[in-house]
Amino acid sequence: MSESIIQLRGIAKVYRVGVETIHALRGVDLDIGRNEMVAIMGSSGSGKSTLMNMLGCLDRPTSGEYMLGGRLVSAMKTDELALIRNEEIGFVFQSFELLARQTALENVELPLMYSATAGGFRARRERALSALQRVGLGNRVDHRPNQLSGGQKQRVAIARAILNNPKILMADEPTGNLDSATTAEILALFTRIYREGQTIIIVTHENDVAAHCQRVVRLRDGRILSDLSAEEDFEVSPYVEEARATQRRRAAAEEAAA
Amino acid sequence: MSNASAPSRKGAKGEGRGLTIFFFLKAIGMALSQIWANKTRSFLTALGIIVGVASVTAVIAALTGLKAKVLSEFESVGAARLYVFPNRPDNVPRAKFPWEKCRLKVSEAQAIMDQCPSIKGISPIVDLPMSVESDTELIDGMTVNGIWPAWHDAVGRKVMRGRPFSQIDIDTARQVALVNEAAVTELKIDTDGNGGLGEHILLGGRRFLVVGVVETTQAKMLGMNSSEAEIFIPFSVAEKLLDGWYFMQFAAIATSPETAEEAKAEVEYVMRRQRGLQPDDPDTFRVAALDQYINQFKSLASGVTAIAGGIVGISLLVGGIGIMNIMLVSVSERTREIGLRKAVGATSAAILLQFLLEAVTLTVLGGIAGLVIGKLMAVSLTYIPGANLEQADVPAWAVILSIVFSAGVGVAFGMFPAYKASRLDPIEALRHE
Repeated sequence: MSESIIQLRGIAKVYRVGVETIHALRGVDLDIGRNEMVAIMGSSGSGKSTLMNMLGCLDRPTSGEYMLGGRLVSAMKTDELALIRNEEIGFVFQSFELLARQTALENVELPLMYSATAGGFRARRERALSALQRVGLGNRVDHRPNQLSGGQKQRVAIARAILNNPKILMADEPTGNLDSATTAEILALFTRIYREGQTIIIVTHENDVAAHCQRVVRLRDGRILSDLSAEEDFEVSPYVEEARATQRRRAAAEEAAA
Repeated sequence: MSNASAPSRKGAKGEGRGLTIFFFLKAIGMALSQIWANKTRSFLTALGIIVGVASVTAVIAALTGLKAKVLSEFESVGAARLYVFPNRPDNVPRAKFPWEKCRLKVSEAQAIMDQCPSIKGISPIVDLPMSVESDTELIDGMTVNGIWPAWHDAVGRKVMRGRPFSQIDIDTARQVALVNEAAVTELKIDTDGNGGLGEHILLGGRRFLVVGVVETTQAKMLGMNSSEAEIFIPFSVAEKLLDGWYFMQFAAIATSPETAEEAKAEVEYVMRRQRGLQPDDPDTFRVAALDQYINQFKSLASGVTAIAGGIVGISLLVGGIGIMNIMLVSVSERTREIGLRKAVGATSAAILLQFLLEAVTLTVLGGIAGLVIGKLMAVSLTYIPGANLEQADVPAWAVILSIVFSAGVGVAFGMFPAYKASRLDPIEALRHE
C-alpha cells in the first residue's frame, strides 16, 4: 500500500430517531492508499451508506477523526466540506443524477459552476470535453440524458466525477440500475480509470462488482468485519459460504430423494 | 491524462472561494431554461406581476401625457399672470379684520399700477348679475363684468372685432359694452352682419353701445366653461351700478414670466402698505400666481401617481405570493437536484443565491412583459380622441422603477423558498423520491 490518502480513526456515528438511538458506525479504523480500488460491502443496516457519506464528506462523524490527503476534514465546517467535495471528491450514484434539461457537456461542467479556480470559459469547456472523451463519449457531447442509454448516462456521471481529478472517486451502487452487459462495460471503465491512477471507492452489495476491486472491506453492525484483498475475500466471503451451504443442502436433499 | 499532471493545478486549489461570473451566468441560464421548460406555469405565476406593472405603466403614461399637455397649455397662457383676492385671515379675531377691511378697493389697484415696476397692467374685476335686453331677447341674471382696459392683457383675451375700452370710456363712465360670441348669439344682436358691433343692448334698463367682441377664453382646456354669454362694461360704470359692498378681484400681468415672482412680492408689499398692516399682522388679501396652480396640478398628479403606486403594490404583493408558491413547488420538485448540487460542491449560499436568481429572473421577465403591455396601452391611449393624452408616454424612471420593483418582489418572495433549498441536507435530498 502506498501513502494513505484516507485515514479513519475511531469513526462513530450516532443518529437519534425519535427516542431511539441508532449507532450507525461504532468505531471504524480504515486506511486507503493512493490509487487503490476498494469495494465497501455490507448488508443494509451495516453502516456502509453512512461510511460512504462520511468518506464523501457529506456527513461528519459523531466522534473520531478523518484525514483526507493530510487534512482533518472531520473538524471542518459545512462550507469547507462543500469546497472539499467540489475539488477532492467525485460522486457516481446508482441513478446517475443527471440534470434532464442539460446536455452531456453541461452536466459534466456542473461542478465547475461552484468553483472559483476553474479558469475561464474555454478552460472550463475544454476540461469538461476531455473528461467526456476519457469516458468514451466525445461524440455525445450535445445529447441530453433522455437521448442516452443507461450505460451512457452513467458514463456522463463518471465524467462529471473525474472532471476535477479528485483524490477519491466515490461510487454508490454504480451498476445497480444497469443490465449485466452494461455493468461489465461500466466496471471496465472504472478499472481503466483506476489504472490511470485514480483512487476509487465503490459501495456495493454485488460480489461481481467487488470482484473487480483489488480490496474488499466488509461491514457489519457498524464495524469492519473484514478487510481483505479481493482474492482472499472471495474465499471467505459470506456469499461463498452461503453458496456452499446451499450446495451442501441441495446435495443432501438430492441424496435423500435418491 | 492522469494524476501526474495534476499537482500544479491542485496547488492552486482552495485559494479563491466565492462565486464567479460563471456561477451567475450559469444560474441565470438555468433559471431561463427552467422558466422555458415550464412556460405555462411560469406565465401564470408571473401574471400578477405582469398585470401590476402593465397597469401602473399605463396610468403613469397617461398622467405624464396629461401633465405635459396641461403644463404646455399653462405656458402658452402665460406664467406672467397674477390675481389678487380679498382674504380674511384665519385664527384672528373676526372683529379685527372684518370683511370691509379685507375687500379690495379700486384705489389699491391704482396703487399697484403706480408703484409696482414689475407690473405691466392691472384691472379690477367685478361681476354683477343683471338683466340684459336686446331688441328681441331678454335674459335675466346674466353676468356682467366691470373691467379696465388692461384686463385684455391681464387675462389674455383680445378684442377680436371692434375696439377695447378707452381711458375716456373709463374716465367718463360711458355706457359702452364688450360682448363675447355666445352673448352675440344668445341676444341675437348680429342683425346687420357686422357681428353685433354698433348695436345697443339694455343692461338693467340702461342703454349700452356694443363696441367690441372679445375672444373666447383660452382657459377652455382647464374645464372652465366659456360657452356662457359674457358682457363687459367699464369698471367705473359697474361701480356706479353697484351700491355699497361688492366683491372684487384684480387681474394683473407682470412685465414678463421671469419677473412674475418679483411682481408678486411687489404687489404684496404695496397692498400691505396700502392697508397699513403691521409687520405681525397677517395678510388680508391673497396674491395668486399661475405657478401656484401649476404646483397644485403637479401635486394632484403626484397624488394620483401615489394611489396608482399603492394599487400596484397590492398586485405585486399578490404576484409575489404566487412567486413564493411556485418557487416552493420548484424546490420540492428539484430536491434531488439540490442534493446533487451540494454533493458536487455547492455551498448553502450558492444554492440560496441560485434560487433567488431564479425567482428574480421570473419576476423581472414578468416586469418587462408588463412594461411592454403598458407601453402598448400608452400608445393606444394617444389615439383616444379628446382625451388630451396625445403626449402619453412611459418615462424612463417608470421603466427603471418597474424593473427594480419586480426584482425586489423576486428577492422578497423568493427568499423563503431559496432559504429552504439552501438548508437541505444533501444526503436526505439525494434520497428524496
